[in-house]
Amino acid sequence: MATENTKTLARAMMAPSVIMLLVWMIVPLAMTLWFSFQNYNLLTPGNNSFAGFFNYQYFYTDPAFFQSIWNTLLLVVGVLLITVIGGIGLALLLDQPIYGQGVARILVISPFFVMPPVAALIWKNMIMHPGYGVFADIARFFGVQPVDWFAQAPLFSIIVIVAWQWLPFATLILLTALQSLDGEQKEAAEMDGAGFISRFWYLTLPHLARAITVVVLIQTIFLLGIYAEILVTTNGGPGFASTNLPFLIYKTARLSFDAGGAAAGGVIAVVLANIVAFFLMRAVGKNLDR
Amino acid sequence: MARAVSTKTKIGWTVVVWAVALVIFFPILYTIITSFKTEQEAIQGFSLIPSGTVENYVTVQTQRDYFKPFMNSVIISVGSTLLGVIIAVPAAWAMAFSPTRRTKDILMWMLSTKMMPAAAVLVPIYLIFLRAGLLDSRIGVTIMLMLVNLPIIVWMLYTYFREIPGEILEASRMDGASLWNELVYVLTPMAIPGIASTLLLNIILAWNEAFWTIQLTTTNAAPLTAFIATFSSPQGLFWAKLSAASTLAIAPILIMGWFSQKQLVRGLTFGAVK
Repeated sequence: MATENTKTLARAMMAPSVIMLLVWMIVPLAMTLWFSFQNYNLLTPGNNSFAGFFNYQYFYTDPAFFQSIWNTLLLVVGVLLITVIGGIGLALLLDQPIYGQGVARILVISPFFVMPPVAALIWKNMIMHPGYGVFADIARFFGVQPVDWFAQAPLFSIIVIVAWQWLPFATLILLTALQSLDGEQKEAAEMDGAGFISRFWYLTLPHLARAITVVVLIQTIFLLGIYAEILVTTNGGPGFASTNLPFLIYKTARLSFDAGGAAAGGVIAVVLANIVAFFLMRAVGKNLDR
Repeated sequence: MARAVSTKTKIGWTVVVWAVALVIFFPILYTIITSFKTEQEAIQGFSLIPSGTVENYVTVQTQRDYFKPFMNSVIISVGSTLLGVIIAVPAAWAMAFSPTRRTKDILMWMLSTKMMPAAAVLVPIYLIFLRAGLLDSRIGVTIMLMLVNLPIIVWMLYTYFREIPGEILEASRMDGASLWNELVYVLTPMAIPGIASTLLLNIILAWNEAFWTIQLTTTNAAPLTAFIATFSSPQGLFWAKLSAASTLAIAPILIMGWFSQKQLVRGLTFGAVK
C-alpha cells in the first residue's frame, strides 16, 4: 500500500515536467507539419488553402536548399574536427605541470561564455575585418594583401568563429577525462619504455573515447542550430554561400513571409536532426554502456 | 601524479601553454582593450595600449540605453531558470528516489526533445506568440527559455539527487522524523549544492541563448543578445562603442563561468563525464 502511494506521488511529481515537455514537443511539431501542406503567406492570413506537396517541391527544387543542407553539414563536421583535435591537444597541454595552471585554464575556457552575437561581431570587426582587423594588420606587417574573409571564404570564417566558441567546451571535458586517467598505468607504460606516441595511441586515446563521444554528441545538437553567428556576420551570403538550414528557414518565414515553405523546411530539418541523432545515439549508447 | 619534474621542463611547458592560452583569449582581451580607446584609435592599426577613455561606456548608456537590455537579460535568464528549477525539482526528485523501469526511458526522451531544431518550430511558435500577444514580452521569452532548458535542468538535478544516499532518508524515518522534518532538515541541506550548480549553469545558458531571444523580441523585451545583434549594421565609427557594449554584456557571465567549470562539465555531459 505504501509503495502504491509512493508511486502515485512520484507520478504526480513528474507530471508538470513531463506534460510541459510533451506539449512543447507535440503541439509545435504538429502545427509545423500542418502548415507544411498549406499555402500560407503571413502577409495575407486567412487566405490559406491546401497545397499538397507544393511547399516540399518548392523547397526541394530551390538550389539554395541543397546548398544549405551541405553548408549545415560542413559547419557541423568542420567545427567538430577543429574542436576535437584541438581540444585533445589543449587538454594534453593543460595537463602538464606548469606555473599558473588555474589562470591559464580560465583563459582557455573563457570563449565558451561569450554570447554568440558578441563572439561573431568581435571576430567580424576586430579580428577578420579586411581594413581594420588584426589579421589585416598582420598581413600588412608581412607585406601581404589582407584577405576579405567574409567575402572570400564566408562559411570557413563562420566555422572559425564557432570553433573558437566550442573549443573550450571540448578542452574542458577532455581535460576532465584526462585527469581521471590512472597515473600508475601511465608510469608503468613509461617504465616499459613506451614512447609518447605509443602511450598516447594505446593508453590515452582509448581512455578518452567516451569523453570524445560525449563531446561530439552534445556539440552536434548545438551546431545543427547555429543561427546568430550567421545573422550578424554574413547574413547568409554572398548569395547562399553561408546559409545553413536554420538560417534558410528563418529567411523563408520572416523575410519572405512564406509560412508554408518555412514549415516544409522545418519538417526537413527535423528529419535531418533525427537521422543524425539516430547514428549518434547508437554510437554513444555503445560507448556509454561500458 | 607524483612525478618529479625539473624546473627547466616546467618553465618550458609554462611558456608554451601560456602562449597558446593567450592566443585563445586574445579576441576577448582585445575587445576589453579597444573599449577603452577612442573611435579614432580603434581603427588606427594594432595597439595594445588604449588611451583609457571611458567615454564609450557613457555613450552606450546615454545613446543606446544599455541598462534596459541588460535588465531584460537578468530578468529573462534568472526568471526562466528559477521557473524551470521549481518545475524540475519534484520530477528529478521522484526519478532519483523512486525510480521505475521507465525512468531511464523518460530521461532519454527528455534529452531527445533538446535535439529538435529550434528553427523547425519557428513558424508555429511565432504564430502562437503573435496571436497570444506575447511577441516582444519578457514573460513570453522567459517561458520559451524555460522550456528550452527544462530537459537540462531535470537531468542535472537528477544526477545530483541520485548521489544523495537513500539510507539517510530511511534512517531519519526510523528515528520518527515527519515528512516535513525530513524535507527541511535532512534533504534540503544535501540538495542545495546541486540546485545551486544547476541554477548557475542554466542562467549562463539562458543569458547566451541567441535564437529565440532574437526571434521573439524587438525593443521592449530585447535582452543583450538581441541588443548586440543590432550592432551588425554599423553606422559611422563604432568599433570602440561595440567593444564597450560587448565587454559589459559578457563580463558578468564570464565571471560566473569561471566559477562553474566543474558544473559545466557535469551539467552539459548529463553526468556522463565527471
